Amino acid sequence: MLKYLLNEDEKELYQTGGDKTMKIIMTGNEAVARGAYEAGCHVAAAYPGTPSTEILENISNYKEINSEWAPNEKVALEVACGASIAGGRALAAMKHVGLNVAADPLFTIAYEGVNGGLVVVTADDPGCHSSQNEQDNRLYAPAARLILLEPSDSQECKDFTKLAFAVSEKFDTPVLLRLTTRVCHSKSLVELEDRLEAPVKPYIKNAEKYICTPAIAKLRHVVVEKNMLLLKEYSENSPLNRIEWGAKKTGIITSGISYQYAKEVFGEEASYLKIGMSHPLPDRLIKDFAQGVEKIYVIEENDPYLEKHVKSLGINCFGKGSIPVCGELNPEIIKKALLSAGGETGYTTGLKAPSRPPVLCAGCPHRGMFYTLSKYKDAVVAGDIGCYTLGTVPPLSVTDTVICMGASITAAIGMEKIARREGRKTKVFSCIGDSTFFHSGITGLVDVVYNKSNIVVIILDNSITAMTGHQENPGSGKTLMGEIAQVVDIEKIVRAVGIKEENIRVVDPYDLAATEKAVQDAYGAAEAFVIISKQPCALLKSVQKKRAGLSYAVDQKKCKKCKACMKIGCPAVSNKNGEIKIDKTQCNACSLCAQMCKFDAINKVGE
Amino acid sequence: MGNQTNILIVGVGGQGTLLTSRIIADVAVQLGYDVKVSEIHGMAQRGGSVVSQVRYGDKIYSPIIKKGDADIILAFEKLEAARWLDYLKPDGMVIINNERVNPLPVMSGKMKYPDDIHEKVGALVPDTMIIDASTIAEKCGNQRAANVVLVGVLSRVIGLPVDEVKKAIERLVPSKALEINLKAFQQGFSH
Repeated sequence: MLKYLLNEDEKELYQTGGDKTMKIIMTGNEAVARGAYEAGCHVAAAYPGTPSTEILENISNYKEINSEWAPNEKVALEVACGASIAGGRALAAMKHVGLNVAADPLFTIAYEGVNGGLVVVTADDPGCHSSQNEQDNRLYAPAARLILLEPSDSQECKDFTKLAFAVSEKFDTPVLLRLTTRVCHSKSLVELEDRLEAPVKPYIKNAEKYICTPAIAKLRHVVVEKNMLLLKEYSENSPLNRIEWGAKKTGIITSGISYQYAKEVFGEEASYLKIGMSHPLPDRLIKDFAQGVEKIYVIEENDPYLEKHVKSLGINCFGKGSIPVCGELNPEIIKKALLSAGGETGYTTGLKAPSRPPVLCAGCPHRGMFYTLSKYKDAVVAGDIGCYTLGTVPPLSVTDTVICMGASITAAIGMEKIARREGRKTKVFSCIGDSTFFHSGITGLVDVVYNKSNIVVIILDNSITAMTGHQENPGSGKTLMGEIAQVVDIEKIVRAVGIKEENIRVVDPYDLAATEKAVQDAYGAAEAFVIISKQPCALLKSVQKKRAGLSYAVDQKKCKKCKACMKIGCPAVSNKNGEIKIDKTQCNACSLCAQMCKFDAINKVGE
Repeated sequence: MGNQTNILIVGVGGQGTLLTSRIIADVAVQLGYDVKVSEIHGMAQRGGSVVSQVRYGDKIYSPIIKKGDADIILAFEKLEAARWLDYLKPDGMVIINNERVNPLPVMSGKMKYPDDIHEKVGALVPDTMIIDASTIAEKCGNQRAANVVLVGVLSRVIGLPVDEVKKAIERLVPSKALEINLKAFQQGFSH
């Protein structure tokens, strides 16, 4: 299948593996993993992040690829850079905000170039399905001078990934493969091929290329700019960018999932310039296309990336004037924006359907800590990225700010500085999960000690990267490839960084009294304080097995309907017409509600 | 664009909607159709509103269904049927599982679960069907096979070949649960 993407003179060069054709249905993420496998990828690294997580999960099924969960995206990309310099084909995958973390190596590896092919996958999230922003990472490509590829379905995910390794090597530059949530998580048909065994290239020391000191970097920059001219020519001729002629009244320039939406809305009633390689863009091809059609629409999600370029060529086109910058696109929005039609709905019941907001699960170990914190009304809590962001949901309503991975500790440092300066009597806490602590919390904790910040850092250690669906991490004792790993001990890190012994507590958040005592000690402390709240995620299979059949139930005779048990916001506890009930299918006997009850009305069931 | 079938499968996280969409898509692939499925994995959670979109036909572009364009809405839960009803085509069909899962605002007593949802939907949509999939599944041996009972109902309604669906179930359901699931499918199909 890959052959359709190759120029005539390239077909000899890039063998595409066997011709075994078998069509199966795959998500975009599975297809990227398959593409890496078929391309002969040797090393892959990632930090989990929706919607990118399943790329590495699937790559780990191919034992030919050495895959790893890195502590963060910068580490993942640097591991991939090193593997590439050493001669292997390497891939790093991350969600869009992860690329911000990895931006430092990204810009410089673009100067150094590659030895084995290097592919960086960014999974953007238009519509913020599960992200803190909806930044458009296509903009990284011109800024860092990278090749940018944008697949629009699963077949292209596989083919573009394969091709990315080849063009990376051909042009001595990393390739940015940009997906979006809808491409990552939609399924469509993919033709499978065999793996191409790409031998690891020899490593030859090359200081003029791989050591970006100022003197060398200046020269490499010139090489990169010259290379961009070659790439521009490649983009003009590559089948990655193609014109599909249809009716010539309307011309549509589009890329990624927007191409599929545009075809859905306009069908044969328009001509299309389908952009697969979005950087560098093919100017001649765009001009040729513009000359062949009457009116041009540019259809793309989020930023006017293509539109601005088309306009810079002096071509009149219509895009963000009517297509929204904010949110995810769909065929309906496009129809409404460009055809002033659509949005016809079938039926409406007029019923007010109560929403199903995300909440901390029944038995979630974070609940005990957040309930305890909720009692300190004058405290400020800086939160972080993970399930525990849900501490903000009523009735717990704990958390004052969430910015990005690791920012709980560091934002708390800044908040405490202002509080101290202004003489405010505010105690500043920060809450961070185990995986996020490994990701970018440790440096923040170093700053706490070094610059004498008087904050409380609560590390919510549930021994897994939970929100993205239970990925292993440095504290979980296992690697992505299923090997037993040394557990990186959070308590030892806290000590090593210099938090004083008397200012460290390790508590079980299922024990409300002990948790309360630890938070009280921390609240009164005049120095940096760390609480490690330790209890594995209630949804872990091992935990569920251990607590199978256990639950708590309300003794209606003893229940005084005081609703104290409802203050913890557990989804298993409900108030049915004044009667408090515990759903035994959800309850996993964490016992928190029983500890809340002053009348001994909640008791354990099962053994 | 020729023949296309658009199926919207809605429910609550933990009800097994994913397996249902997987089975339907797998059958459509075996029948030689172009197939697209869209599922959003948001913040992994139990109890959230979940939706799977399955589209198949000669050629499918968008993986998502437009409002007013679903041939069938298969609702695993009553409230979800009401929530997604504006996706149904004017002459479309709704299959509602007679199951109620209270959302958090209802459990905390802040909001009311609407009464008589299926009667209200039925008054609007002539082709409305209500089914007790959990009860049927329980009789087959496990309440959790309700999703496959619904696969049976859906297969009959859209005319999928029984043998192909059974083969898909065999491919996608773990072998120890296979017998119960095949029974559940048959019961749903002949319902």
